[in-house]
Amino acid sequence: MKKIQLPLSDFDIENLKAGESVLLSGHILTGRDCAHKRICEFLDREEPLPFSLKGETIYYAGPCPAPAGKACGSCGPTTSARMDSFAPRLLALGLKGMIGKGERDESVCSSIVQNHAVYFAAIGGAGALYGNAIIKSELVAFPDLLSEAVYRFEVKDFPCIVAIDCHGGNVYKK
Amino acid sequence: MRTVSSESIEQAVYNLAKNACLRLTPSCTQALNKAAAAEEKGSAAAFALDTVLQNARTAAAETMAVCQDTGYAVILAKIGQNVHIDGALFSEAVNNGVRKAYEDFCFRKSICDPITRVNTADNTPAAIHTEIVGGDKISLTFLPKGFGSENMSKIFMLTPAKGVNGIIESIVETVRLAGSKPCPPVYVGVGIGGTFDTCAFLAKKALTRDIGSANPRKDVAEIERIALEKINALNIGAQGFGGKITALGVSCELAPTHIAGLPVAVNIQCHCVRCEKVTL
Repeated sequence: MKKIQLPLSDFDIENLKAGESVLLSGHILTGRDCAHKRICEFLDREEPLPFSLKGETIYYAGPCPAPAGKACGSCGPTTSARMDSFAPRLLALGLKGMIGKGERDESVCSSIVQNHAVYFAAIGGAGALYGNAIIKSELVAFPDLLSEAVYRFEVKDFPCIVAIDCHGGNVYKK
Repeated sequence: MRTVSSESIEQAVYNLAKNACLRLTPSCTQALNKAAAAEEKGSAAAFALDTVLQNARTAAAETMAVCQDTGYAVILAKIGQNVHIDGALFSEAVNNGVRKAYEDFCFRKSICDPITRVNTADNTPAAIHTEIVGGDKISLTFLPKGFGSENMSKIFMLTPAKGVNGIIESIVETVRLAGSKPCPPVYVGVGIGGTFDTCAFLAKKALTRDIGSANPRKDVAEIERIALEKINALNIGAQGFGGKITALGVSCELAPTHIAGLPVAVNIQCHCVRCEKVTL
């Protein structure tokens, strides 16, 4: 399987093809429903974000608490479609990668191409395996959101399938 | 009259919640193995199914939640009318069991206010359905219900003229519209008949049946069979990557309905079917 080091380089993004399997290593941010809403409220108020999205990869996930001896509990992807109304704004800010599960709407698909980004599908329902691929976790923002807060994870060999590539290739379009 | 203490109910719910979040049902594991064997070797669908099966083994070995969405705690209780519950309220006992299990086993707390979205921080309240039955036993079924799939569920108030074809179309169309979003291959619970509310409950109850168990009524079993066949022709496949298996099973539960109506509720369950039962 192709190994990809994060942050994503333009070269790597250019060469990722929808349908191929990859193992991601490096840093990712988490963010799901409530965190996306908050990020966009910052943008609406024209206030600086508490963290930068430039060059980042965001993982649509809300982890289980970490059991003793582990960096993180079970942590598989959540349904990406719920973030579709927010994603183009984040991509315009320089977000390069998204990890989630399931298809995206047209606005996200075209925004991925326009911003030279990529959408990875993690395997939904494989929370324990993904939790074990997270070797470090730290809270970045919005602690009151509990599992929905923004965390920075260090991941090692995190298995994904390239779902939508920067050329418009789409694993869900059959 | 037989007395059952609220403490024993709390302990039973605690054990059910623990086991349910840590393992798939045997019929789910069996159906996933069958699905993995049916998909083309090296395909994305086969990769997804193998990953999910490996995940279940890891979760069991390391006492980790199978899926991080440890769900809305749904409890279906059948309470014999010759049982006297001693101590705390039944609902309090159930919620205490849920609260403790979700804390002790590092399960995610996913319940929040629908408007403010503020989390209750202990995964309560549980959704508790009680039915009074004969006898002096309490039987409890625990279903941690993930919401990626719950979100894809639908209810149809069909006209009687739509008949069996209308029922099958409603089931298949719900799965088609859900596409890759609910973590296919899905398990489809269907309620047919009753009222708007009881129909939805029947769909949930159908999900507590073993995958592959046919409804004892032949005509209903036939609806289950045809709907499953049509769903598996949709080519959504595991995780929406395409493939032969889009659903692991379809289970229908029935109730008499009004002469003017034909309610059909379709409750979608992801491939992580987790369900535990006990009788006290």
